[in-house]
Amino acid sequence: MMASSYSAKEEDGHHTGSAGLGGAAIRTRKPDNTAFKQQRLPAWQPILTAGTVLPAFFIIGLIFIPIGIGLYVTSNNIKEFEIDYTGTDMSSPCFNCSQSFSWNSTSPCKCVLFFSLDQPFESNVFMYYGLSNFYQNHRRYVKSRDDSQLNGDERSLKEPSKECEPYRTNENKPIAPCGAIANSMFNDTLELFYIDPNGTKTLIPLVKKGIAWWTDKHVKFRNPGGSNPNLTAVFIDTAKPVNWRKPVYELDTDIENNGFINEDFIVWMRTAALPTFRKLYRIIQKKNNMTPTLPRGNYSLEVIYNYPVRSFEGRKRMILSTISWMGGKNPFLGIAYLTVGSICFFLGVVLLFIHHKYGNRNNSSDIPN
Amino acid sequence: MTWTNPLTLLRHGWTRHRDADRPVRTVVSNLPFEHLKKSEQPNRRYEGNAIRTNKYRLWSFIPMNLFEQFHRMANIYFVGLAILNFVPVVNAFQPEVALIPICVILALTAVKDAWEDFRRYQTDQQLNNIPCFIFSRKQMCFVERRWKDVRVGDFVRVLSNQIIPADILLLHTSDPNGVCHMETANLDGETNLKQRKVVPGFSALGEPFQPQTFDSTVVCENPNNNLNLFKGYVERPDKRRTGFGIDSLLLRGCMVRNTDDAAGIVVYAGHETKSMLNNSGPRYKRSKIERKMNTDVLFCVVLLFFMCLIGALGHAIWLETFTSMPSYIVPDSNGNYTPSVLAGFYMFFTMIILLQVMIPVSLYVSIELVKMGQIFFITQDVELYDEELDSRVQCRALNITEDLGQIQYVFSDKTGTLTENKMVFRRCTIMGTEYCHEENAARLAVISGANEEEEVTIYQQTKLPPLFPLEELQDIHTGDKNHANTQVTAANRCRSKVAAGAQSDMAFSSPLETVVVPDRKLMLEVERQMASIQTGPYLDFFLALAICNTVLVSSATAQRQRVKGRRNSSYSGGSFHKMRQWFRKSSLGKLFTSMKSFKRGGETLTDPFSIDEDEPSVFHSSEVSDVTGQKGICSERKVKSGLSGSEEVCYEAHSPDEAALIHVAKAYGFTMVERTPHYVTVKLPNEALLKFEVLDILTFDSTRRRMSIIVRHPHTSEIIMYTKGADSAVMERLGSAFSDMTQVDIEAKRLAVKTQKDLDMYARNGLRTLCFAKKVIGEQEFRAWSAVRQEALSAMDEKEERLMETAAFIENNFTLLGATGIEDRLQESVPETITALRRAGMQVWVLTGDKPETAINIAYSCKLLEHEDLVFTFSTSRKSVCKMRLEDTLGEVRRSTLSPGAGRSSAFDGPLMEPSIGLVIDGPTLSMAMSDELVEQFVELCKHCRAVLCCRVTPLQKSAVVKLIRQKLRVMTLAVGDGANDVNMIQAADVGIGVSGQEGMQAVMASDFAITRFKHLQRLLLVHGHWCYSRLANMVIYFFYKNVAYVNLLFWYQFFCGFSATAMIDYWLMIFFNLFFTSAPPIMFGIMDKEVSDSMLLSLPELYKRGQHSEGYRRSTFWIAILDAFYQSLVCFFIPYWTYNGSDIGIFAFGTPMNTVSLFTIILHLAIEIKSWTVVHWVIIIGSVLVYFVVTLAYSAICISCNPPSDPYWIMHKQMADPMFYLVCILTTVVALLPRYTLHVLRGTLAPSPHLRARQLERLPPSYREQRIREWRGLRDTCISPSVRSREHGSSPCPSA
Repeated sequence: MMASSYSAKEEDGHHTGSAGLGGAAIRTRKPDNTAFKQQRLPAWQPILTAGTVLPAFFIIGLIFIPIGIGLYVTSNNIKEFEIDYTGTDMSSPCFNCSQSFSWNSTSPCKCVLFFSLDQPFESNVFMYYGLSNFYQNHRRYVKSRDDSQLNGDERSLKEPSKECEPYRTNENKPIAPCGAIANSMFNDTLELFYIDPNGTKTLIPLVKKGIAWWTDKHVKFRNPGGSNPNLTAVFIDTAKPVNWRKPVYELDTDIENNGFINEDFIVWMRTAALPTFRKLYRIIQKKNNMTPTLPRGNYSLEVIYNYPVRSFEGRKRMILSTISWMGGKNPFLGIAYLTVGSICFFLGVVLLFIHHKYGNRNNSSDIPN
Repeated sequence: MTWTNPLTLLRHGWTRHRDADRPVRTVVSNLPFEHLKKSEQPNRRYEGNAIRTNKYRLWSFIPMNLFEQFHRMANIYFVGLAILNFVPVVNAFQPEVALIPICVILALTAVKDAWEDFRRYQTDQQLNNIPCFIFSRKQMCFVERRWKDVRVGDFVRVLSNQIIPADILLLHTSDPNGVCHMETANLDGETNLKQRKVVPGFSALGEPFQPQTFDSTVVCENPNNNLNLFKGYVERPDKRRTGFGIDSLLLRGCMVRNTDDAAGIVVYAGHETKSMLNNSGPRYKRSKIERKMNTDVLFCVVLLFFMCLIGALGHAIWLETFTSMPSYIVPDSNGNYTPSVLAGFYMFFTMIILLQVMIPVSLYVSIELVKMGQIFFITQDVELYDEELDSRVQCRALNITEDLGQIQYVFSDKTGTLTENKMVFRRCTIMGTEYCHEENAARLAVISGANEEEEVTIYQQTKLPPLFPLEELQDIHTGDKNHANTQVTAANRCRSKVAAGAQSDMAFSSPLETVVVPDRKLMLEVERQMASIQTGPYLDFFLALAICNTVLVSSATAQRQRVKGRRNSSYSGGSFHKMRQWFRKSSLGKLFTSMKSFKRGGETLTDPFSIDEDEPSVFHSSEVSDVTGQKGICSERKVKSGLSGSEEVCYEAHSPDEAALIHVAKAYGFTMVERTPHYVTVKLPNEALLKFEVLDILTFDSTRRRMSIIVRHPHTSEIIMYTKGADSAVMERLGSAFSDMTQVDIEAKRLAVKTQKDLDMYARNGLRTLCFAKKVIGEQEFRAWSAVRQEALSAMDEKEERLMETAAFIENNFTLLGATGIEDRLQESVPETITALRRAGMQVWVLTGDKPETAINIAYSCKLLEHEDLVFTFSTSRKSVCKMRLEDTLGEVRRSTLSPGAGRSSAFDGPLMEPSIGLVIDGPTLSMAMSDELVEQFVELCKHCRAVLCCRVTPLQKSAVVKLIRQKLRVMTLAVGDGANDVNMIQAADVGIGVSGQEGMQAVMASDFAITRFKHLQRLLLVHGHWCYSRLANMVIYFFYKNVAYVNLLFWYQFFCGFSATAMIDYWLMIFFNLFFTSAPPIMFGIMDKEVSDSMLLSLPELYKRGQHSEGYRRSTFWIAILDAFYQSLVCFFIPYWTYNGSDIGIFAFGTPMNTVSLFTIILHLAIEIKSWTVVHWVIIIGSVLVYFVVTLAYSAICISCNPPSDPYWIMHKQMADPMFYLVCILTTVVALLPRYTLHVLRGTLAPSPHLRARQLERLPPSYREQRIREWRGLRDTCISPSVRSREHGSSPCPSA
């Protein structure tokens, strides 16, 4: 039996091992009679029958329906206003702007849209720009960035990641910020005016701080050179992204919102999950409790139209929305909860019926032990 | 040693190449060249004796193991993917990360391989370092070396009970006759001794061996693996040649017995020895599930292909829609855009990378782990542990556990498998008088009755340590008049208690077999004849019993060294054995010493059982002498028992029948005390010694079916031939030796008729019968015959035939002496096991070499056949008859099966509706039935038969039957057997089971699983097989589901990202998801889930049918799982999608709830499937979820810009702070699992499967449960009108399939 089989050897190993321990009692190969080894661990053995799971269905139904109602009501209370300013229509004020396009045109094209709100917006209002058919989630687009550069890494500033190709260098200078995401940054400017019933235009103050995630602004995105306030010097040896009109250190005059930590930039850099998306643009803060943030009435939206969307048949929108704990307006979840809750409840009833009609024959097995 | 590394292969190739030039191997003595360098040695090109079975060396482990692993398809797929990751055009995110899964899997496998290899290395080392004696010319004596130092051409000396280190040509033994006995149990499992003869002419018998004088050349064949063939010659310097054969070769791995020392020249060493060449490593079988699974993996490949194709086409079309390139489509580094068709083509490969998890590569690793776990639990099962042999069930094939749950046909050997193969003498008939040995029967009844339970209860009652209450025990058995009986019973108990597992160190020598209580009437008869005439048929009968055999009387030394458990672990030989033995001696010796105090003084310490001097000391337990380990027990006993008629000899028999018979003779006082090649000495009841000169032995063969011994009677000098054989073989050759005396003639006829009647009765009772006859041969006649015989013996060609002829010539005109009936007792719970297997839907066939009568009787007694069964017997020698019978029977069977209108449609009640048909067929008829033109009909007939019994079949036929059924009916077959004749069958079947019984280890070596008792089959199949099958099936299905469900999430996303192969889930988390978060639960599920408890499975064997019909894993099950996976992935994708659609959510923030939701769905899906929740389940399930959250949170807190482009920084935290996240998770999980859950509930209520019903029964209080089980079973048998029943009982325990 020389080396004839693995298992035989295994036993032998076992033997030698135990022989060394000595004592006659130890040498038996009898398996331990433990609950685990004999697969006798105490076990809970649920049996799925109508009788046993009935309560579960009713409970799910009873929990889901109120949640659904709550969500639905909450969603309905959210006020939202949306205006499309793409200008594909001949009648649209932005039609002209949308037709003539060049990334580098110096003369800004401006168009004004008028709209009215039927209901006042009571709490803080979030102003979004929305893009449709814009695939920010394209695989190569998503990749095309250098996060360590954005994190303020000096080396990456000079030598951006290969992923940024072909927006990595321009005229032998490294692009900062590099990559396609940064390069295609949204650059329309939106301004909102309230038009009094008497016709005077009031500029509504738009807050541009606090639109990005706190962690993004303070941890993930950092300007190179640490706290050096002179961004121009920091970015001296870099080129601006080819589509940009001005370099990154001129995004804002506020030093806290300039360079890589410009919040508009940060928001843009968080690539959207779906081709139709909105991004937070500004916040209109509630002034006091007496007046609504945006009273009902007429408004005008002044757009400095820079961003081209015609090539991909995209749409551009401006969205005003109040916000609740569940975010923006979306009736889906509420309806879904209601539906599922009802279905569960209905199933519960069906099962109850089934249990009554057919479950009896198993009744004997439901005798408690 | 299945694997050889390329280098050895190369080396082998080289040597083989050179060997091929020489058709023979020439070996000369190494001694004259001892001082030379290795390169100048004459035998240098032969392999040394050191063996190496490990595959790897330290330095070559990594490259070689990788090379090995890449032979697997799955790994190649993986590596292909990894390489694909590095191709730039496919735009992989992080090629390096893609390597992680493959590395983990490779590393796991490598660790496993390394561990196994290390163990092989260790055992090799142990073997190589066993000491042995090699002759050294310098010291002019044998010096101690190690096995690895042995070279071809060395002279090696082996002492008694040592293991032979290499294949040695025997040149010298200490035996005066020049023979050496060798035990080949290590090699082929045969426990009897084999005789080897010295090559004549090299050392004078009885003189010390002088190797230095050996100047001849040994010429022999090149190494081969034939254990029974070896030839060559020794050429002396003067060109004289002496031939030798296998009977001069000592084989490596065998043990020298009964011979003080033996020496010879090494001809083959190391890997070239016959035993090593015979080694085939563990076998790899592919289980049925795995075969099925592989096709399903192919389906997955097809699915993957289509998904990638959709992605590629979609991407190309999507690109086509743009008139000019938008800013989010990134050009290549030169600023050019890839043409859309080409981009689509590239996208195909990118998609493969993205969706690679679709092919469940980790499934293979998981299955291996699961099977390891399953095997662990099987071997740990205490119910399958055999206390007597101290052995657990062995799983030798590591990868077919689940096949145990799918067996449809069971082919069983009879002798040793169904029966104990302990031959127990029951009855005999002498001169027409039947002696039924009632007392012996009573003894046997006591033994079997008092076996386990009673014994235990007695001990519990007396509250005494098991060894001591011997005396009390005897008192308890008040009913026993025969003192010896009690003695034996008690002793028997003691034996099982004291030396648990020490049963039968000696083959066929348990007290059950050795102890025979003589029939009083017969004893008187014998004594009467003994006293008066000193001769007569009775004496002849017992003399025949005593000498007409090939039993050896073994010497004391051999006896002493036998060690328990040798069979189980004889691998590394001497040292361990000695150590173990030492333990036995010390610990048990103490016990015996303490026992002594119980007895009256003056008793010999060595024999704790012979309490009364005057009792017939029939009991001799070899173990006892074994454990006490005193030197020369046998001789001591002989002296001691000289007073009471020395019985204490140890016999080594080839077959259990012989052993049984010689012990019968001994019981009547005819003890064979010595056997040499030329003499047999028998001690008569009156203590006289009769020394017969053996003139010839005509050995047993299967055609003659008898053996004869021709001896010269020492007193009368008559030449007498004693013959024993199968009844037909002897009865037809009864002669009218006394033809001149009609009276005697008539008497002989009457005798024959009477004996035949008795024989028939024996056969009906299931006894094995043997006839004994005698013939007195005239001196002249013998001399003439002897000359012919000698000529035949020395004949070169047709030797066998001529020997047969000569035997047939002399073996006639017998005078009938009598016949014996030997019982081969059924093993414990065989009928129950067969009934259970039958109820489980298995067809049980018994294939035996026995004759039909005996086999049929056994079949009835083990419930294979029932008395109300319709049994067809096929036994014919003509093909046309066979054909006709076959057609007739088939017609009849068809008619009877069709008439009740019950088709075989329903798997559950089909076979039981039919009248049970049994088929008995004998070997010759079987081979006719299996011929090409009849085989279809035969198989058709077999399908209708409930039981098939094949008698008188050869080993080859056994395997042919198994193969036939397996191939024609496409069923899962299991073969179970215990002997060498079952090896073919065991290997032919899908699952081979070896019973490690009396006949050695050959069957076990060839088997996939080794058990010790037939009854273990029941638990092994019904419980473990069922569990393993359903566990593995569920696990595999779940694995497919899991991967598809997860991958499809990514696939649905492609419709919203321009088919650009973006993943919304962080790459690391995706890898972790499969590797850590969801890997443990299914493995645990595959190892530990328990749908129905073992007690239920055993009491309702019908539950086994699910595995037989592969209901756990069907193609439909697979597709349902895939569909469910699609549905769940749709839900998991679209509920978050609609929730977040149009919002400002980022890609990875969008992916986080999806990832979480699919984790919940996948884990809770498993939770629905898990049938029994133990602590382990809870820990692993909850642990997996916790690990997910902990890892994800930690990862997204740490990773600021470490994993571009996803950069999960703070995403998880942000999500978990958002109530929407939880709302989405809850809703999605509920919706995803609702259909499956509801379906389970509905099925459980409306159409509960038998398994579910069984689980419900399990919850009932035991008494009520019993009743329900009975009801169920009763209904099963008479499932005529379930509707009526259900109305009566208000319940229908007749489950629908």
